[in-house]
Amino acid sequence: MVKEFPKIDPSAPIIEMTDVAIARQQAEGLLEVEKVNWRVSAGTFWVIGGLFGCGKSDFLATATGLQRPARGVVKLFGYETFTIKEELLIEHRRRIGLVFANGGRLFNRLTIAENIALPIRYHQNWREDEAGESVREILELTGLTRWAHHIPSGLSPSWQQRASLARALSLKPEVLLLDKPLVGMDVRHQRWWLEFLKNLSDGISFYQKKPVTIVATAESFEPWKEVAHQFALLKNNHWQELGGPAELAANSEPLLREVWTEDI
Amino acid sequence: MENSSAISGKNSPQPHYAFSLLPRAYLNFAGRKIFAFTETLHGLAAFGIITLVVLFQKTRHASHVVHPLIRGQIVRAGIQLLPMTSFLGFALGLVIIGQTVFLLNRIGVQNFTGTIMVTVVVRELGPLVAALLVLARVGTAIVIELGTSRALGEVEALEALGIDPVHFFVVPRVVGLALSIFSLTIYLILIALLSGYLFAFLQDVPLYPSDYFSQLANALTWQDFALLALKTSLFGTVIAIVTCFQGLAEPLHIEEVAVATTRAVAHCVVACVLLDALFLIVYLVM
Repeated sequence: MVKEFPKIDPSAPIIEMTDVAIARQQAEGLLEVEKVNWRVSAGTFWVIGGLFGCGKSDFLATATGLQRPARGVVKLFGYETFTIKEELLIEHRRRIGLVFANGGRLFNRLTIAENIALPIRYHQNWREDEAGESVREILELTGLTRWAHHIPSGLSPSWQQRASLARALSLKPEVLLLDKPLVGMDVRHQRWWLEFLKNLSDGISFYQKKPVTIVATAESFEPWKEVAHQFALLKNNHWQELGGPAELAANSEPLLREVWTEDI
Repeated sequence: MENSSAISGKNSPQPHYAFSLLPRAYLNFAGRKIFAFTETLHGLAAFGIITLVVLFQKTRHASHVVHPLIRGQIVRAGIQLLPMTSFLGFALGLVIIGQTVFLLNRIGVQNFTGTIMVTVVVRELGPLVAALLVLARVGTAIVIELGTSRALGEVEALEALGIDPVHFFVVPRVVGLALSIFSLTIYLILIALLSGYLFAFLQDVPLYPSDYFSQLANALTWQDFALLALKTSLFGTVIAIVTCFQGLAEPLHIEEVAVATTRAVAHCVVACVLLDALFLIVYLVM
């Protein structure tokens, strides 16, 4: 069984950023986003938009504690990242699932089933057969059963991305962060993702009907307007919260026309 | 005026004679190299300490995942290298030991055969040849594997899943290579000593097998076994740490993997030779 973590105060923010500046990972010192003040409450569904290269991936890496902020304070579940003990940071990371962009950074020497099993087996110290039932459940949930014994490079990027989602779900995280999950996908896959994420946000039996907090980045808001609760924009190195779908539609921000529609 | 003379260097103190012979570019080059060397050494030392701490702290953690990885490394760096080790041991026996036994017999000092064999094969050639073989066949592959994993972002993916990359990637390789080089060295020494006697036998050297092996047994002390185990394990640890460091700590782009591989090989050879020199001092003191 996946380890139970201590209950958190539902009103406390799951992720909290205070006056955060985010530097580009590949070029230290070059600030991508500044003055980010953001609070993510449990059960909310955020979509963060911005044009290509505005720092969305580094923003998510900083939010999960993978990347050190250039300035400011990032808190996960009320604890400041990079000042807490490593063991506690690792426990917090297990409560956050991160789905990387462009194929999801799967482990290419492992099959899809092994990729999904790895985090479960590592944290539970299980043998391969002991993790079998959990892996089968996740494969069925994500429609990946027929790809279970394929290696990632044998799959199309859309299926790889889905396998990355399956791997992120293996530890049943309370928060799911997705980096540009819909980029490069056909309509069929996009529809599946949006429906699946909406169901996750509403609560599914895999999670005992408990809603999952979701944060996704996107280059277009269009597909997300029916499913997301909150929207934000990264523009000219600045963070701008836009509110819910109604506020978004009424917003006169010129960049929104570009981020809103798919055909720029 | 003061500024212009300072720039032209007319009133500035003359540099030391030895340095004035060298163009400034050479000094800059040497300085850069020294800084780079110090930085690498610092990085390697820190990486090595972190690895050893993780190795001892997480001995039982995720054993059902990490132990199969260690077994995989032993198969790759040990069992799969047995044919090549047999070939090298056989060649070493014929070329060096056989000739040495033959020459010692010709000048009538065949009583020293055991001492010379132990000094040359057991203490020096055996461990070094096994280490260089593992470096060539497995060390380079480690840099490429880990460098590619790093460049493809798999390290961040592991961290995001709460999996320690040092525990998952480095520890199995350190333990696997240390055990493999130790075992391969023993195997190589046995093959070399047997094939050496075979060569001497074929050349009609009047040395009975019982004399040959009793000389070897008399020349060997318990310190030889202890130091052989320590030396070969350290060779394995050093090769694994250097190759993992070059693979994981350096390449952020796929095109940097090749440079990291050649750099790792050079660093491993230097580290193994220095380690060998350190053990030479121990043997001389013994």
